[in-house]
Amino acid sequence: MDDVAIKVDGVYKTFKLPHERAGSFKNIFTHVFSFARKKRVYDTQHALSNVTFEIKKGEFFGIVGRNGSGKSTLLKMLAGIYQPNKGSITVNGRLVPFIELGVGFNAELTGRENVYLNGALIGFNKAEIDAMYQEIVDFAELEKFMDQKLKNYSSGMQVRLAFSLAIRADADILLVDEVLAVGDADFQRKCFDYFRTLKRNKKTVVFVSHDMNAIREYCDNAIMIEKSEIVASGKPEKIATKYAKLFMDQARSQTEDEAGVSSRWGTGAVKFTDIKVAVSEELITIDLKAVANETVENSNFGFSVKDATGQTLLGINSQIKRKKIDTLTAGTKVDLTWQFPNVLKDGDYFVDLAVIDKDGEVWDWWEEAKVFRVLKEERTPYPISPAVDLKLTVRP
Amino acid sequence: MEKLKQRYRYSFILLKQLVKTDFKLRYQNSVLGYLWSLLRPLALFVIMYIVFVRFLKVNYQVPHSAVYLLVGLVIWNYFGEVTSGSIGAIVGRGDLLRKLNFPKYTIVLAGSVSALINLAINLVVVSIFMVVQHVDVGINIIYVPLLILELFVFSIALAFFLSALFVRFRDVNYIWEVIMQAAFYATPIFYPLVAVPASHHLRQIVMLNPVAQIIQDIRFSLVTDHTPTIASVYGSGWVRAIPIATTVLLAVIAGSYFRSRSRYFAEEI
Repeated sequence: MDDVAIKVDGVYKTFKLPHERAGSFKNIFTHVFSFARKKRVYDTQHALSNVTFEIKKGEFFGIVGRNGSGKSTLLKMLAGIYQPNKGSITVNGRLVPFIELGVGFNAELTGRENVYLNGALIGFNKAEIDAMYQEIVDFAELEKFMDQKLKNYSSGMQVRLAFSLAIRADADILLVDEVLAVGDADFQRKCFDYFRTLKRNKKTVVFVSHDMNAIREYCDNAIMIEKSEIVASGKPEKIATKYAKLFMDQARSQTEDEAGVSSRWGTGAVKFTDIKVAVSEELITIDLKAVANETVENSNFGFSVKDATGQTLLGINSQIKRKKIDTLTAGTKVDLTWQFPNVLKDGDYFVDLAVIDKDGEVWDWWEEAKVFRVLKEERTPYPISPAVDLKLTVRP
Repeated sequence: MEKLKQRYRYSFILLKQLVKTDFKLRYQNSVLGYLWSLLRPLALFVIMYIVFVRFLKVNYQVPHSAVYLLVGLVIWNYFGEVTSGSIGAIVGRGDLLRKLNFPKYTIVLAGSVSALINLAINLVVVSIFMVVQHVDVGINIIYVPLLILELFVFSIALAFFLSALFVRFRDVNYIWEVIMQAAFYATPIFYPLVAVPASHHLRQIVMLNPVAQIIQDIRFSLVTDHTPTIASVYGSGWVRAIPIATTVLLAVIAGSYFRSRSRYFAEEI
């Protein structure tokens, strides 16, 4: 038990959402007098149900989940801000939450005064802040601005000051919400440096994020919350994959809904009749069938692939490939097979198809004819993930 | 002792900062700044003095009626500042409450402490008046700190109760406004207690109000022993125990109510 930092045991949390604000005496009176036809004035929302897990001391623990899944509620309960309806939460050690940067900052106070106020909120007395004041200011690079009111700071300056204070927090356990999602690249780099320091110093950190790369890189263990329950727990790699799948399923069901209305136009002189996409770790193969409804000449078949954001990533046509198709008589069937190395990273992709004549007259243009998914064993956070060979020799 | 210090270390640090912030923010962007905490009750005093002493010629039947009036106003001012000021204190800090877990009572305590500092400044002015008016200070002055302690406890008990209640029922501040208005007239501040009809035990009833008892007792100790106090009204010193008992009882009830509700402030605000 000594090595456990946080123990969460069978925790339930519900919120009562009043239909109408019941927060006035008038409502109380009306309800007193109308008790005969007592109505439920609350909707009960289950924010968490039966959540159980344990965080060991020195562990970097991730909590992932979609918006509204209950993960922020969980974090607030760990911080003692909300109380569980059922179950227990045991915290072993001094805990400091960072639900938001710069909590308690007051725009009407100067930077200096805010340092002392915010410092008090994370548990430092005046003498302690005095001792580290210069470091805080230097780190935030705000020397000249400390005697100005906070309302005259840019948001970037405020965040820098808040962060500079936050990293001073002397705690055994830190709760970090997605505060780190804000700020520019330089700031994020500083944040991740801080994370590495925490990890080196064997601090217990509970980290809530949508950034699966950060989860993979820093966390020792993680849980995923979906619809107020823990649906997965274990190594961050496994959790990150599950989390990615969650979104792809959603994206797929959306694109399938939209497939019926995916735009397609053209004269119909030549028309695609079938498309199949096969995805392997190394290759992506697109099999197409088309039929000529009229006799045509100099047809040009092409395709392109775009990602979920609509960005076209690659594409090619038979003319570029110098495959000349002279004449197609009415009724002729055409089979095409495109094959290219699978350099795509994890995600969902769309295939656009087109067949046109050499002057650009469109016979069949079919946008988002097919959606396919890439899920790889070897995973990197970068835009492309080609197969990379590694030859490694260790010589004594 | 060391353990106790450790336990309340955070609360103490927080309390100090909250009081400081409160003072800094209160008179921000005002030319006269802190002076306003003196000028406000003084201005009210001047108005009351002109209206009641000069125009209406209210006879307080005591020497030093100006100081007498001022003492009453200063005490009432403190009571009003703590109670009315505290109602929105918890809700006003809602943003903080939802992001950090800290001892909630520090918010209410901070409001009370800064009002107490104001009271101290005001009492300095009172003592200047006393010197100017040649008020003879007797041995009874030793009771003043005890009476202020009673005032502090009574006010903060109400503050705890009202601020916690306000989280759930936003009508509280309107109701309290009306109560304060009524209480101001039901307390012998600008009129002498002898102006209250002696019939129907009215004076006795008026003096059961802890604020009335405190104001009269402080006037008795500080200004003149001609002041009718709860003891003289009832003819026995032991009746003093009733307002004190009320204060203690209220403090216990309000304290435990605040304590039990404070766990849920963050989600109810």
